[in-house]
Amino acid sequence: MARRIIVAGASMGGLRAAEQLRAAGWDEEIVVVGDEAHPPYNRPPLSKELLAAPGSAEEALASVLLRQRRSAADIQWRLGTAVAAADLAARTVTLAGGEELAYDGLVVATGLRPARVPVPGPRHGRHVIRRLEDALGLHRELAPGARVVVVGSGFIGCEAAATAVSLGCRVTLVEGSGGPMERPLGKRLSDGVRSFLRRRGVKCVPQQRVVEFLAGDAAGGYDDGTHLRCAGVRLADGTEVPADVVIEAVGSHPNTEWLRGNGLDLSDGVLCDGSLRVVGAGHVVAVGDIARYPDRRTGTGARRVEHWATPADTAKIAAPALVAGLNGTGAPEPAAPLPSFWTDIFAVRIQGVGSPAPADRIDVLEGDPDRPEDGAALGYYRAGRLIGAVTSALPADKQLHYRRLVTDAGIPADSRLAAV
Amino acid sequence: MNTIDVDRSLCDNHGQCAIAAPAVFRMNAEGILEYEATVEDALLDEVEEAIDVCPVQAIFLKN
Ligand SMILES: Cc1cc2nc3c(=O)[nH]c(=O)nc-3n(C[C@H](O)[C@H](O)[C@H](O)COP(=O)(O)OP(=O)(O)OC[C@H]3O[C@@H](n4cnc5c(N)ncnc54)[C@H](O)[C@@H]3O)c2cc1C
Ligand code: SF4
Repeated sequence: MARRIIVAGASMGGLRAAEQLRAAGWDEEIVVVGDEAHPPYNRPPLSKELLAAPGSAEEALASVLLRQRRSAADIQWRLGTAVAAADLAARTVTLAGGEELAYDGLVVATGLRPARVPVPGPRHGRHVIRRLEDALGLHRELAPGARVVVVGSGFIGCEAAATAVSLGCRVTLVEGSGGPMERPLGKRLSDGVRSFLRRRGVKCVPQQRVVEFLAGDAAGGYDDGTHLRCAGVRLADGTEVPADVVIEAVGSHPNTEWLRGNGLDLSDGVLCDGSLRVVGAGHVVAVGDIARYPDRRTGTGARRVEHWATPADTAKIAAPALVAGLNGTGAPEPAAPLPSFWTDIFAVRIQGVGSPAPADRIDVLEGDPDRPEDGAALGYYRAGRLIGAVTSALPADKQLHYRRLVTDAGIPADSRLAAV
Repeated sequence: MNTIDVDRSLCDNHGQCAIAAPAVFRMNAEGILEYEATVEDALLDEVEEAIDVCPVQAIFLKN
């Protein structure tokens, strides 16, 4: 009987894992189980181009579907089906309908879901952006002149705020405790991004959080009998900001509930070793946003990397490691992928490479970070070593140049030894 | 022969392809993509990587 690898999660991580399993020589069964109805699709446009102009639902889906490698043609897809539980000792997963599937190898690729702002108030009229349906539903409400409050100033919050302004909405960005994209970009560039957002018409409210969602009357009411909808937010200092549309962009939670009861470290995603093998489990690997793996480039311990490049980067390491384990051959060398990300705000592209977050020093390498739209580059250092670089509105060859500098700065010798 | 086609109406000059397959894709000093229209079989793996990492799926391979 053919052996079987089950991939839980049918987004980019699941697809790239399946393709890389084939590339690693696995020619036996691959079953990908995903709770969304659609085949894997691309999420970045959901807060950008697609949110601005989705077209019909069919056109929107067609514009974001991921092309699949030819080698993926014989993969079995179980879409619209959640994995409810796993028994790693018995090597089975249970699907939402109760069906049990046995596996030889398992790939964890169930990603993240948006966190919600944990304060009282009506549920209706509040939006998050993770799935295609989220973006389509939100687009319908972003009418010209609509008052929009965006809660949270990470990538998705800033992008959604910019898109809403471009659609003619009046947008307030409640930043939260950090400034715009401060965690990945650092304070210097974050301050510049705030100035830029303001120049383009976003009303930024720094250092404020939402303590309550205001209630308003919903004309006609909702299917569940409620007549209340969210009509704005109350801030910690008591200010009320009225709104027609509220967007929550306050981070995300890893979808790990189905793995509970197996003795794994699920404190933040799934803890993995340097080859993306799940620690404490046999023949299980993780890919994409959910994988927490050692960051050997900065030597700052294991962390999750929530960027678009991560599913492909991690799948390339995880798949050969899983196949080697199943075939009893030697495990491949653990790799240290160089993280990279981009974001587009009002057509200004900010691109980053490496791990800017744990920097203890940030230098301006060129341009003026207070005017990110005119071109700027920053270097991020830890203990004197360049660990990351971010460019804003610079041509791609500049980005490649700084990327080379980060690559050349290498991996610290002690963390090479310390790899799990 | 393997032919490469980049849909210029999609390409956003992200430059990710030039990282994955530097022998095939380059960003010139204006930040615009230049690429080889045909590639040998030996470079196909690299090209597949480049196709994977292009954020707008602009690269097409015919063989
Ligand atoms: C709006 C938005 C904009 C973004 N923009 C950028 C950008 O500009 N640049 C950038 O670098 N990155 C961006 N990202 C991040 C990037 O899209 C993610 O890093 C990427 O989607 C991660 O893929 P993944 O497959 O690991 O996880 P996910 O895409 O979260 O996929 C996980 C899949 O598993 C499914 N699932 C969950 N639980 C179960 C279960 N129990 N059973 C079955 N299936 C399950 C989920 O429904 C989902 O389909 C953006 C993300 C979003 C949401
Ligand atoms: S990665 Fe895609 S968008 Fe970027 S330069 Fe290459 S083809 Fe163009």
